[in-house]
Amino acid sequence: MLKEGTKEIRQVYVDTLINLAAKDKNIVVMEADLAASIGTVKFKEKYPDQFVNCGIMEAQMVGAAAGLSLAGKRPFLHTFATFATRRPYDQIFISLGYARLGATILGSDPGVCAEHNGGTHMPFEDIALMRTIPNCTVAEPSDEYMMKALIEMSYEKGGLWYIRAQRKKAMQIYTENEKFELGKAKVVKDGKDVCIIASGICVSDALQAASLLEKKGIDAAVIDMFMIDPLDKDIILKYAKSCGQILTVENHFIVNGLGSAAAEVIAESGTGVKFKRLGVDKRYGQTGSLNFLKKEYGIDAESIAAAAEGLAK
Amino acid sequence: MDNVEVKKLEKFALEIRLNTVKSLNHLGSGHYGGSLSIVECLAVLYGKVMKIDPKNPDWEGRDYFILSKGHAGPGLYPALALLGYFELDKLMTLNKDGTTLPNHLDRMLTPGVDMSSGSLGQGISVATGVAKALKMNGSDQYVYCIVGDGEMNEGQCWEAVQFATAQDLDNLILFIDDNKKQLDGTVEEIGGKRDFAAIFATFGFDSAAVAGNDVSAIYNAITDAKKVKGKPHVIVLDTIKGQGFPYLEQKASSHHLRPNEEEKVILNNFIAKLEKELEGLNNA
Repeated sequence: MLKEGTKEIRQVYVDTLINLAAKDKNIVVMEADLAASIGTVKFKEKYPDQFVNCGIMEAQMVGAAAGLSLAGKRPFLHTFATFATRRPYDQIFISLGYARLGATILGSDPGVCAEHNGGTHMPFEDIALMRTIPNCTVAEPSDEYMMKALIEMSYEKGGLWYIRAQRKKAMQIYTENEKFELGKAKVVKDGKDVCIIASGICVSDALQAASLLEKKGIDAAVIDMFMIDPLDKDIILKYAKSCGQILTVENHFIVNGLGSAAAEVIAESGTGVKFKRLGVDKRYGQTGSLNFLKKEYGIDAESIAAAAEGLAK
Repeated sequence: MDNVEVKKLEKFALEIRLNTVKSLNHLGSGHYGGSLSIVECLAVLYGKVMKIDPKNPDWEGRDYFILSKGHAGPGLYPALALLGYFELDKLMTLNKDGTTLPNHLDRMLTPGVDMSSGSLGQGISVATGVAKALKMNGSDQYVYCIVGDGEMNEGQCWEAVQFATAQDLDNLILFIDDNKKQLDGTVEEIGGKRDFAAIFATFGFDSAAVAGNDVSAIYNAITDAKKVKGKPHVIVLDTIKGQGFPYLEQKASSHHLRPNEEEKVILNNFIAKLEKELEGLNNA
């Protein structure tokens, strides 16, 4: 049985940045008037000279981040995932991507995690946008330990990163000492009948779905594809061969997200498998609680189990 | 600045202008108008003001220059070539297949180009970021940035203006190339009449306006700006699109030119005139 993690994801973000800043004065934390929402106020109190609140100016935040990077700093930018990607997309593409400058962009509360902020704040397209930028690493942690690891990895590897994560506590998938590698997915449950590939909040629901399937005699594998770019193609093909059925689940549009990325790999490999994508299809976001929205968009444990069962038949 | 130095910068401007027109002519088309209007400003920055090392373009202690109006790259390249960042004959590869001198700037391709630009409104934000980083380091380096008057249509520019004042970036010297025209017509008819010097002063900038074809005036404005502490600076350059090339100065549409046969003759005559002037200066 899964349990909730111990720390909020936002707290992990801030604590990790404080640890990094203790070692590197070139760390710069940037906000667009949402410091109180993510908790970087704590960072500001500790390192006021390494904190820049740009105000409600996302394009400027990205442009200034590019300038900071150009002059040797390592910027970490945050705003809600809509405003971190869709709004300043050309600035990210040109000033950071095309100009080969480095920054870690955290888009918080992606997809249904935006909950009661509703449709204007509910990006189902952020991965789609970011994975088309040629030199952008795109990742989505499923729990607090992975969040810490990804923030640190983005710092160590450098370059342009987009990380989407909820602000609240996540279900705990891993233990504190788990190691994560760039472009290497995690098999969180092995299985032989059907393979469920998920990321972010969908990983815990996929694990719950696997428990439901087990009662029906279906042995489902669950893969945490926490990095959409670079994608772990090998593991997709390995499970395509061993299970013969692949189901992808994402808190995102089924267009150009995790499901599309997996489909591209499978289609080009010539491996014939039964394949289905679960996610949001040609709909906008809306207000609601997390559980209501997951059910509404068909990415809750029951919907996942039903889709997997359909494939495994 | 004494008279000898003024003459030196005027000669540098002439060489930049001559090579800009020659390289665009060789290419056969391009952004003549906006490249020529910034020539004198470039001559002052690269000929006298900026702390730079052409032998070490990435020197960490350098002053930064960001050409936010990235389509004026053909004006910047001659200045860089004349200083030795790369060979002068490279200018004849301007925007040709496989070139290191694209029409719009690419910092990964061209030695001496600090920032890629071309998507308007972005360079000014990047300039504020560099200025902020230098401030964080306690450095006395400056950041210079040229923005087009038409480019000021972009909302992002006004975000950058707010940021620059909120962060007290007095190491940022911004130039507005007030050449009064953009691609589709005059800046006034498209974006409305704007007194940039007054607007920037209202925003909290140290603000000045000078004749953009006068190297002394530009230099003096920069010197004066540096005396004002605690505020970012703007110097509005009163320029003419196609500056220094009488035919283009008069032409209504001067943003981009693909010369017809008649214009090719005019351009060749203009090049011959500038070459003669330069020869005269060299022999003086």
